[in-house]
Amino acid sequence: MTTTIRTAKTRGVGASIPRPDGIPKLKGEFAYSSDLEAEGMLWGATVRSPHARARIVSIDAAPALAMVGVRTVLTQEDVTGSGRFGLAVRDQPVFATGEVHFWGQPVAVVAAEDRETARRAAAALLVAYEPLEPLVDPAIAARTGSTFRVIDIVNGDPGARGEVVVEGEYEVAMQDQAPLGTESGLAIPDGIGGVDLHISTQWLHADHAQVFEALALAPDQVRLHNAGVGGAFGSREDISLQIHLCMLALRTGRPVKMVYDRSESFVGHVHRHPARMRYRHEADRDGNLIRIEADLLFDGGAYTSTSGAVLANACYFATGPYRVRSVAIHGVAARTNNPTAGAMRGFGAPQPCFAYEAQMDRLAAALGLDPVALRLKNALGTGDRLPTTGQPIVGSLPTRTVIESVAAMPLPEPDESTDPRRLPGGTGLTTPRPAVRRGIGFAVGIKNLAFSEGFDDFSEVRGVLTTAGLELHTAACENGQGMVTVVEQIGRSASGLDRVTVVFADTSEIGSAGSTSASRQTQMTGGAALRAATAVRDEALRRVGGDRLDDSGVWRGDRLVASLEELLASGPIAHLERFRHPLTSPPNATGQGDIHAGFVVAAHRAVVDVDAELGVVRVVRIDTAQDVGRALNPLAVVGQIEGGIMQGVGLAVMEEIVLDQGVMKNASFTDYLLPTFLDAPEVEAILIEEPDHWGPFGAKGVGEPPTISSTAAVVAAMRNATGRELNRVPVRPQDIALGSHQPPATSHQPDRRPEGS
Amino acid sequence: MIRLSVNGVARTADPTGAESLLTVLREQLGLPGAKNACEQGECGSCTVIMDGELVCSCLVLAADADGTEVRTVEGVASADAIDAVQEALLDAGGVQCGFCTPGIVVAARHLFATKPDPTEDEIREALAGNICRCTGYGSIVRALAALAAETP
Ligand code: FES
Ligand code: FES
Repeated sequence: MTTTIRTAKTRGVGASIPRPDGIPKLKGEFAYSSDLEAEGMLWGATVRSPHARARIVSIDAAPALAMVGVRTVLTQEDVTGSGRFGLAVRDQPVFATGEVHFWGQPVAVVAAEDRETARRAAAALLVAYEPLEPLVDPAIAARTGSTFRVIDIVNGDPGARGEVVVEGEYEVAMQDQAPLGTESGLAIPDGIGGVDLHISTQWLHADHAQVFEALALAPDQVRLHNAGVGGAFGSREDISLQIHLCMLALRTGRPVKMVYDRSESFVGHVHRHPARMRYRHEADRDGNLIRIEADLLFDGGAYTSTSGAVLANACYFATGPYRVRSVAIHGVAARTNNPTAGAMRGFGAPQPCFAYEAQMDRLAAALGLDPVALRLKNALGTGDRLPTTGQPIVGSLPTRTVIESVAAMPLPEPDESTDPRRLPGGTGLTTPRPAVRRGIGFAVGIKNLAFSEGFDDFSEVRGVLTTAGLELHTAACENGQGMVTVVEQIGRSASGLDRVTVVFADTSEIGSAGSTSASRQTQMTGGAALRAATAVRDEALRRVGGDRLDDSGVWRGDRLVASLEELLASGPIAHLERFRHPLTSPPNATGQGDIHAGFVVAAHRAVVDVDAELGVVRVVRIDTAQDVGRALNPLAVVGQIEGGIMQGVGLAVMEEIVLDQGVMKNASFTDYLLPTFLDAPEVEAILIEEPDHWGPFGAKGVGEPPTISSTAAVVAAMRNATGRELNRVPVRPQDIALGSHQPPATSHQPDRRPEGS
Repeated sequence: MIRLSVNGVARTADPTGAESLLTVLREQLGLPGAKNACEQGECGSCTVIMDGELVCSCLVLAADADGTEVRTVEGVASADAIDAVQEALLDAGGVQCGFCTPGIVVAARHLFATKPDPTEDEIREALAGNICRCTGYGSIVRALAALAAETP
């Protein structure tokens, strides 16, 4: 059974090579942040509010401090600096003080000699609360002006009217990213007032700034180091335990480690925004989209996080990848006492996609048109303007191609198997095969690439040529998606060297790589790597008058003119590159402007088997075509597509954080259901390669598109199988079996205007 | 004090009353390969083989591991080699963040040890206790199905 480790031959751009960290991960040797240890290390634990809203009457640390092995207890009073953090707005206190604003908000932290003692001490701390009425209905919050952002987009002729009208209301529940690695880290004091934090995160420099500002330390007194990340999907874009760990280490003078358990992880990070959406689509009798009106209400929870940008995405992409003559979008991100919502894969795009794709199906039915034909008729492409912002689309946008490609893929044969593993409900239920109805659904989604609205978005890479090869230093976070593989491939293709490695640099060694989110690292850190590697190669060739570089050295024709040792004898070769994408602008008062750096589309077709009586579903198959610009590593791209689809399927059929008065009712893997091997559909993916205008080698980011329209496609297939409206995700068994909780959807012609609009 | 064999080596540990085998492996025996992602028996990240049976080590009381033989991901292959399951997963893209990977490697090894040529349905069923949040499972199933097909 044993073979020796081997290396592949061509390892540049386009090759499906395995991950450089794959073998240590497979052998259990890869160090995640939760695996780190230091001599004399303490363990930290967090005290959290049991109320969604309450006044803190008193905090008594004495019972905790009296315990053997407890070293310190810290609250907001111990915070030295601004004491506030937040990715976009520093609006959250490090610890709740005065009033608690959401269930699970940190109130204090403790450090003790071992993990168990730390946990017991956290439980022993006495906090007296006076519970207050929480604001949990985002509609009330919106009405009373409790909002993070309100967006109004008006574009095109407001008087344009279509004869065929469909209206609907849709709802998306709160989804958890559920990365398998929980929040964890290790802080080590440097003995002279500073601290080194080893952390799994998505954005090292954003964490860094929030830590040193909150604690009023000089930037160089805090150094953040990337530690191994057990998945992220948006959950690590905000601060969790970073500031707590640094405070504990600085206070005790000892290394401190923290690892959230699973239930704490659920409250320890932000989630996908729950959304309520009202839509009105109007088309002419030929099926041309004339006007789309949408009202989007996103529940941002207690603190700002990224609500502003998530809502913006929802609004800018509220009409989907379609041409529309006239658009009116109203979006609100409400502030409530629910758990804070922020980044999750797709970042505001999946919610409206679920709604607008249901609308497109209803419109097709009202028009008597094929749903795929209706989408093709209105497909947005290069040279069009985004119907919301009016921005001309200059990069590739193969909407037609992704739709046509998926539509042309063969459908699976009906499944006659009576093996319970292939029946809805699986082995635990007794669905008879004749009760099963098959449904097919189609959906298309669109999203932006990288950061938007004028954000100064950049990534730094330093290329360093050594006698061992090319090092690409970066602070970019590798969350599992494969940035490290692709950046090395780019370095190889650009430099000619095979020996290219990514080196993770800390915040004191290099500038920001920006966030590992927004599908941006392939293009941003990849873009910086391309330029840095090219500059290093050019300098190497210039020095000795060569025309080609490889692992042996510099060549002229077929003659080696200098080995790497000889080349570097005259001094090191290094190049620091700061890469920016095309500039974007903030929106004007009506939401117009060149707001985005680029766009990406994908289409999904779902095949489901449903037992409508029991309300259970099996997602049999997802066919997809995705606009990838250029597949730098097809194996890694397909991995992103399959993983992203699974999260979209999860939202369609099972994943929901259930809230009651702001309190999570299912903060565990026992009660928050995740798709397993038995739930995973067959996936067939076609990669559409139409090079984009600025990504390295024409590449686009690939992480998010699989999650955007896969949810919509699955629910469309379930509607097709059952005839139910299914206007809410996740679809629950009772929604199928009883048709419960259906917000009304109507279609009518000719036009009838709703009251007051 | 408990005595057990881990990856063929006799070890001793001193767990406190409620400590799990997972905690002892990770924090006392220097074997962090088994991961903790739920401590509730729901995710399989902590999977090890104990006396020939697959177990979630987070659910095994360390005291109950006294006198047993335990095999963890660290015991799957020698230091400079990977085993066929590991190689198949690597080549098929079955590893992303890798947090589920040790558990999947151990569970898949156990499957192949008990049934050298499992069908795809059997692979899915055997691994149904192992959650992976990154891959969507497809690459892992393809890797193991290909390995099963190679088995004479
Ligand atoms: S950690 Fe043991 S099953 Fe999840
Ligand atoms: S690879 Fe990340 S959980 Fe499986």
